[in-house]
Amino acid sequence: MALLTYLEAIRHGIWEEMERDPSVLLMGEDIGAYGGAFKVTAGMLEKFGEARVIDTPICESAIVGAAIGAALMGMRPVVEMQFMDFIASGFDQIVNMAAKLHYRWGPAVPIVIRGPSGAGVHGGPYHSQSNEMWFVHTPGLKVVAPATAYDAKGLIKAAIRDDNPVIFYEHKFLYRRIKEEIPEQDYVVPIGKGVVRREGTDIAVITYGAMVWTALDAARELEKEGLSLEVVDLRSLLPYDEETVLASARKCGKVILLHEDTRTGGMAGELAALIAEKAFEDLDGPIVRVTAPDTPVPFAPPLEEYFLPNAAKLAEAARKLAAY
Amino acid sequence: MGSTKTVKSSPRKASPDAATLERMLYYLKLTRESESRIENVLYRQGKIVGGVYVGRGQEAIGVGASLTMRPGDVTFPCHRDFSVFLIRGFTLADIFANWLGRADSPNRGRDNTIHIGDMKLGIIPIISPLGATLPVACGVGLVLKQRGKGNVALVHFGEGTTSLGHVHEAMNFAAVGKLPVIFICNNNQYAYSTPVEKQFAVKSLAVRGPAYGMPGERVDGTDVLAVYDAVERAGAHARAGKGPSFLECVTLRMAGHSAHDAAEYVPEKLKQAWAKKDPIQRLENLLLSRKVMTKQQIEELGTQVSGEIDRAIAEAEARPLPRGEDAVQGVYCGPDCWWEKPCP
Repeated sequence: MALLTYLEAIRHGIWEEMERDPSVLLMGEDIGAYGGAFKVTAGMLEKFGEARVIDTPICESAIVGAAIGAALMGMRPVVEMQFMDFIASGFDQIVNMAAKLHYRWGPAVPIVIRGPSGAGVHGGPYHSQSNEMWFVHTPGLKVVAPATAYDAKGLIKAAIRDDNPVIFYEHKFLYRRIKEEIPEQDYVVPIGKGVVRREGTDIAVITYGAMVWTALDAARELEKEGLSLEVVDLRSLLPYDEETVLASARKCGKVILLHEDTRTGGMAGELAALIAEKAFEDLDGPIVRVTAPDTPVPFAPPLEEYFLPNAAKLAEAARKLAAY
Repeated sequence: MGSTKTVKSSPRKASPDAATLERMLYYLKLTRESESRIENVLYRQGKIVGGVYVGRGQEAIGVGASLTMRPGDVTFPCHRDFSVFLIRGFTLADIFANWLGRADSPNRGRDNTIHIGDMKLGIIPIISPLGATLPVACGVGLVLKQRGKGNVALVHFGEGTTSLGHVHEAMNFAAVGKLPVIFICNNNQYAYSTPVEKQFAVKSLAVRGPAYGMPGERVDGTDVLAVYDAVERAGAHARAGKGPSFLECVTLRMAGHSAHDAAEYVPEKLKQAWAKKDPIQRLENLLLSRKVMTKQQIEELGTQVSGEIDRAIAEAEARPLPRGEDAVQGVYCGPDCWWEKPCP
């Protein structure tokens, strides 16, 4: 076992895959000599060389497109978006090229597009977004968002080994804030499988990314009041784990859907529809959403704090729902 | 108003042998007549549905470029580059079956026209948001360069596409990495209805090459030998590790944007001027004057081509349409891949 941060876990995962498989290569801005804006790829240029750790010009469309081309030639490129906000510049390549290639004529497109997303570090509107739903609505892609260091390592490995384009949402707030004992031996966390992080009986809180920790904080707080929250970590958003979501919803009868992403068209809406369709008879109250409001992510600390869901806001919603 | 100016090409270096010249004529004719059947017969009969785009007037670009290709090269044809698919090994029947949306066709009914690809043949087709193949060609070029076997990636696109952002990104990316990519722009003077003077402010797109740090050349796109020669030279440059090139092959689109478009916005005088530079006529004249083929042999070739097309269309039409429920298959690649199984 090794004590690793969330960021180090991702680095170890990529490193091990590059050692295991010579077809894995990295592309991105400032990832080589500089080691990446957050240092996820630190040391990789020295270890694996310029042919496999490729510093590119600033050109998200060309980077993603080149990754697709390399993948069609049998490579497994892992592309870094310096911030996931910048992925918009590569949008056409992701949604129109990568996502549809297999469906149109059958080739494998094993690319991973990874990078830091999420707020809480006063990054402002262009260094804070949770834009995962842009891609969750695109058939042909897979979208994952790990909450723990263990999962971050296991999911990056699974993403690299997957034959489809995977969008890998790292949460920058977690990069150096969490540390876990990670097994030394090889493991993967399967894409499409959620996990129950905390067993509970009264309300199922279904969430992902950094909000998993917010839910666990609220659960500890509410336990003192005799309210038992179950916390489900989705881990994968496309495909998502219908079975785990429905099992917790049925078990608790009350559900809160929590995410840092904005409200309209968010993951919560999708899950609410699923639960209403398939677990309606087991519900004892309305399905509740706790999300960011429908605004860009604001910069100044009081504004950002208002924007983000937190344990207090979740606890308030849970108390209200429990009393329903 | 578009240009009728004849393009002066650089001195020729490549001189294709008689067999290659005959192949050029064969593919030019096969392409012209196949597209004519698609536009004027199958589409009008309602057998081909959706959009129909043909490359009348620009066949020499695909033929000239593709005949320079070597095993291991990869090409990215555009929607008006029918010949490229034939030269790289798709069968005529497969191509027609794809236009007809058949189950047993390269796209199995999932995508139309000639958006067909096959990595074994080294073909990656366009997607309708044009220009998106240029960055992909850079990735292919990157891998070809690393493998060091002297292979190149050829990417075809129109002059209208050059206004897009990812064309800039790709040309810069290729130049910075000295990648073996040949950018082949077919300047057919109209992007749908938009003429060149509303598309860009330079007199010739060839200046874009040096602007990125790569050679740029204006080529007569109706002269298959000029195209062959220019692509051959760009290929030698790339195969020698010297990086990408940009070729502007000038012609006029002798058809509408698509089958529903009569292209009334193209001045009649311009059409007449370019009709005199028809690529097939030009090559036939050359073959006759060099005594590579006789008039009778050329006529026989025309009959042969018509027969091949008749048989291919009949074969394609006999194939079944896909079942509706197969629409949800093959979205993801994985074990038990739908595409690996025989056509349902």
